[in-house]
Amino acid sequence: MPAHRSIRDFDWLMVILVCAICALGVLQIFSATRDTRFAEAWWKQAVWILGGFIALWIGTLIDYHSLLGQAYVFYGLAIGTLAATFVIGMTAFGSRRWIGTAALHLQVSEFVKLVVVLLVARYLSELKGEQLELRDLLKLAGLVGLPMIMVMIQPDLGTALTFVPILGVGVFLAGFRWQHAVAILVLVAVAAPIGYWVVLKDYQRARVVSFLDPNQDPKGSGYQVIQSKIAVGSGALWGRGVTKGTQTQGRFLPVSQKDFIFSAFAEEHGFVGVIVALGLYFLLLMQIVQNAQTAPDKAGMFICMGIAALLLFHVLVNVGMVVGRMPVTGIPLPLMSSGGSNIVAMFLMLGLVNNVRLRRFVN
Amino acid sequence: MKLHLGREDGKASANQLLRDDAKFAAQKIAFFQYLTVAVFLFLITGFWDLQIRNPEVYQERALENSVKSIPVLAPRGKILDRDGRVIVDNHDSFGLYLSRENLKMEHLRPIAEGLNLDYESLVARVRRFQTRGAPQYEPIPIKEELTPGELAFVDSHKDANTFPELEVVHVQHRLYPRDGLAAHVVGYVGEVSEAELNSPEFANFHQGDVIGKDGIERQYNDQLMGVDGQRRVEVDSFGNERHVLDDKEAIPGKNLQLTIDLDLQAVAELTLENRRGAVVALDPRTGEVLAMVSRPAFDPNLFAGRIRSKDWKDLVDNPAHPLMNRAIQAQQAPGSTFKPIMLLAGLETGAIDDNFHITCPGGATFYGHFYKCWGRHGTVGLHEGLVHSCDTFFYNVGNRMDIDDIAHYAEMVGYGHKTGIDLPHEAEGIVPSRRWKIRTQHEKWFAGENISVAIGQGATTVTPLQMASAIGGIAIGGMWFQPHLVPEVHLLPARRGEVNLENVRKVIDGMYGVVNEGGTGVRAKLPGIDVCGKTGSAQLVSNGAIKAGFKVAADMKDNAWFVGFAPRDNPEIVVATLFENGEHGQLAAPIVRDVLKAYFDKKARLGQPQPQLARLPSDLLQAPRRVPATSGAANQ
Repeated sequence: MPAHRSIRDFDWLMVILVCAICALGVLQIFSATRDTRFAEAWWKQAVWILGGFIALWIGTLIDYHSLLGQAYVFYGLAIGTLAATFVIGMTAFGSRRWIGTAALHLQVSEFVKLVVVLLVARYLSELKGEQLELRDLLKLAGLVGLPMIMVMIQPDLGTALTFVPILGVGVFLAGFRWQHAVAILVLVAVAAPIGYWVVLKDYQRARVVSFLDPNQDPKGSGYQVIQSKIAVGSGALWGRGVTKGTQTQGRFLPVSQKDFIFSAFAEEHGFVGVIVALGLYFLLLMQIVQNAQTAPDKAGMFICMGIAALLLFHVLVNVGMVVGRMPVTGIPLPLMSSGGSNIVAMFLMLGLVNNVRLRRFVN
Repeated sequence: MKLHLGREDGKASANQLLRDDAKFAAQKIAFFQYLTVAVFLFLITGFWDLQIRNPEVYQERALENSVKSIPVLAPRGKILDRDGRVIVDNHDSFGLYLSRENLKMEHLRPIAEGLNLDYESLVARVRRFQTRGAPQYEPIPIKEELTPGELAFVDSHKDANTFPELEVVHVQHRLYPRDGLAAHVVGYVGEVSEAELNSPEFANFHQGDVIGKDGIERQYNDQLMGVDGQRRVEVDSFGNERHVLDDKEAIPGKNLQLTIDLDLQAVAELTLENRRGAVVALDPRTGEVLAMVSRPAFDPNLFAGRIRSKDWKDLVDNPAHPLMNRAIQAQQAPGSTFKPIMLLAGLETGAIDDNFHITCPGGATFYGHFYKCWGRHGTVGLHEGLVHSCDTFFYNVGNRMDIDDIAHYAEMVGYGHKTGIDLPHEAEGIVPSRRWKIRTQHEKWFAGENISVAIGQGATTVTPLQMASAIGGIAIGGMWFQPHLVPEVHLLPARRGEVNLENVRKVIDGMYGVVNEGGTGVRAKLPGIDVCGKTGSAQLVSNGAIKAGFKVAADMKDNAWFVGFAPRDNPEIVVATLFENGEHGQLAAPIVRDVLKAYFDKKARLGQPQPQLARLPSDLLQAPRRVPATSGAANQ
C-alpha cells in the first residue's frame, strides 16, 4: 500500500465544485423552507455536508482495491439490509425506504448505489476479452437486478432506475456485441408494456400519464409538473430573487427543498442561475470523467465512470423533470436536495473518485 | 499477450496488466463526454423554452396562482332615532365568496354539497355574474352568515389542490329590530336584482352589491351605503394570506338620524298589536314624522342579506300584505274624518255661515234618494254637526257646494297628491272632481254624488299620512309642512293655505268638542291635555260598487279612523290612525290617545318645553363605527 500521498494530489477542483453546488443547495433549502415546519432543514443540510466531507475523506483513505476486494461482502450486506428494511423499515410517503429511528434514519438504497458501483467495477474489471460474453452479461444483470427489484418494491422506482446507468455504462465500456444490444432492446420493448400494466402501481402509471400530458390531470400528478414549469418560467432571465419566488414561498411547488429544489432555484435565480448551477454540475462530471481517464487501472476507471453515469442520470432525470422533459420519478438532485443519506452516499462516491485519482501514479 | 489472470494472482501484476488496458476505453469515455454535453444542452433548452422564450405566460400563471382579490365590504351606516338611539345596526358575520381568478365550474357541485347549497341555483348564480361582464376580480358571494361548521369546511378545502376559489370575507350584516319594529320605515336591504341593474337608477351598481330595497334604506341608499374597498393579497397553496399587495380601504356608509322617536314608535307599535292598520304621528309645525307604524309587519332580518330565504315568498304571498306600508300606501275612504275639511270648505266658500243649521231626523232625501244618518240629532248647527258627526248636516253642506270647490279644499289640505315624504312608493289617494270623473270614468259629474263625498265616502281615498298632515296643517292655522323622516333634507317650503283663521278656529273647536264635549271621540280624552280629534268609519266597498251589486264580504267590516292633535292651542303633535276592519272610529280613538299620552308623558318626564333633535357630535354622523346601543336624552 502506498503510504504517502501529497495533499496537493487531492482533487481540489472537485472539492471546490462540490462546495459551490452544496452552498447553492443550502441557500435554496433555506429560502424554500422559510416559515415552514422544515425551517431547520438548511442547517441540518449544512451539518450533513460537513459529515459528507468526513465521508469523502474516509472514501479517499482506504485503497479502493481493498474495497473492491470486499465488493461481494458489501453486496451481501446490501441485500441483507434491503431485506431488513421490509421488516423493520420505517414507512414514509407510502414507501419503506428508511432504516433507523425517527431522529436519525438512513435511506438504505442510497448506499446500495455505491455497492452496485463497486460490484460492477469488480465484476467487469476481472473479465477478459475485448467483448462481454452473453453469459457474463446476464450474470451481471442478475446481480444488479436483485437489489434493483428489491428497491423497486419498496416501492422506490426512481432509485431503482439509477442502477441502470451504472450497469449500462459499465457494459458499454467493457464492450458488448451489437446483437446483444438489439436483443436487449427487443426485450425492453416487450417488457415495457407488461411492466407498465403489471409492475407499476397506479400512482406510478399516473406519473407516466401526467408526464405525457400534464394538463390531463392538473390537480393530481400533473399538478407537480405544471407548478414546477410555472415556477421555472416565472423565474425568467434573472430570477425573482432569493425568498421572493411566489411559487416557492407560497408552497405551490411540491417538496421544493427536495425533489423540486432545482425548480425553486430556477424561479428565484432565473436562467442565469440555472446556467451557473448546471455549469458547476457539468464541470464536476468532466472532472470525474477526467479522473476515469487517468485511472491506474480498469477497475478505477469503472468506478469513476459508474459514478459519473449515476450523477449524470440523476441530473438528467431530476432537472429534466423540473422542466417537464422527464417524468416525475422522485429522485433527488445530488448535492443540492435536502437529505442526509443522499449527501453522505454522494460524498462517499466522490471520495472513491478521489481515491482512484490519488493512486494514478502508483506502481 | 496472454491474459490469464486468476483472482488469486498477485495484485501488482494484475494492476500492471490492467493498467496497460486502462486506455482502451478512451474513445468510449469521449463518447460519454459528448453524451454529457448533449444531456446538458437538452436540459438547457428546456430552461430556455420556459424562462427566455415565453416567461410572461408563466409569470402570469404564477400571479393567478398566488394573488387573490378579496373585497373589503363597507359597512352600511346605522339608522338612528331622533335621540341618537340605534334603530338599525350591523353585526359581524362571515360571508363566503368564490374568487373568479381561479374559479372552476366543476368544483361547484362538491362546494354546493359541502355547504348545503342548491347546486342548480349556485350554477345559475355564477353564470349570471359571468355573463354580466363584471370585472374579473369581483368575487361572487354565494353564502352569508357562515356557521362554524361551514367555516371549518371552507378552511379545510381552500388550499390550492382542492377549491382555491373559496374565500371567506368579513361582512357587516344588517341587524334590524326584532318583531318588525319600524320595519316599514327603515325598509330592508337586498342584493341588487337583475331587473334593477338594467334600470338607469341602479346603473352604477355591480352585480352582488347589497342595496336598500325599501323604506329609508332605499331612499337614502347613497348615504347609507359606503364604498367597498378591495385587498389584493398573495396567498400560499393552502389559501392562507402571505402578505397584502395593495389595500384599498372601504369607506363606511354614513349614519342617518331620523326624526322618529323610538319611545313613541314603540307605543304606537303596541297599540296596533294584533291589528291591521297604520299609525302616523307628525309634528305639524315642522312635518317631522315622530312615529310611523304599519301592521301587520314583517321581520326584515329574514331577508336582510343577499340571498333570500323562502320566508320572502311567504311574505309576498301573504293576503294581509305585511310588506305594504299602510301609513303611506293604504288608500282608503276617509269617512267622517273628512268632515272638518268639509266644514272648512263650506265656511270658506260661503256655502254655509255661522248660523247655518239643519234638522236631523235620521237622514235626508236628495235627488229622490234617501241618505241615512247614523243617528237622530235633531237641530244641528256647525259645532254640533262636527261634534256628533251628523251625516245629515254634511249632506246638506255638500249639497250646497260645487264638487270642484270641495276638491279645491281637499287638495289644499294635501289630499290627492303625494305629501312628498322621503319614502319610496307613496300613494296619492283620490280627490274626485269633474275633471277626475271625465278622465277616469268618461262621465259627467252628477250633483247627487256630492252627498256621499261630503261625508268622506264616494271616490275619495286618502292615506293615513295624508290625513295626519292635512289635519295637522289645519290645526296650526292652515300651513302644511312636508312630512319627512330625515331632518333638513330637500324640504319643500311650507304651503300656506288661503283660509280665514276664524273659520279654522271653528273647525278646531268642533274637533275639541268631538273629544271633550261628549262627541264621538271621547275615548281619546286625556286629562290635563286639550286633545282635539275626529273619528271616521269608512265603508271598504264604495257606494258605487254596492250599487253595482258587489256583495260585502263578512270580513270587510268598515275601517275605523281617528285623527287627533294636541294641545288645542299651539299643537305639537298630530296622530292619525287607520284601524282596518275596526268598524267604528270610536275604537280607533284609544290608539291615538295612547300615542298622544306617550308624547306628553315623555315631554313631562324630560321637562323640556319642546322636543328637539339630539345634537350628535358631527364625527358620529360622519363615519362612526361604534355607537352605544342606547344613549341620548331618554336617559338624561
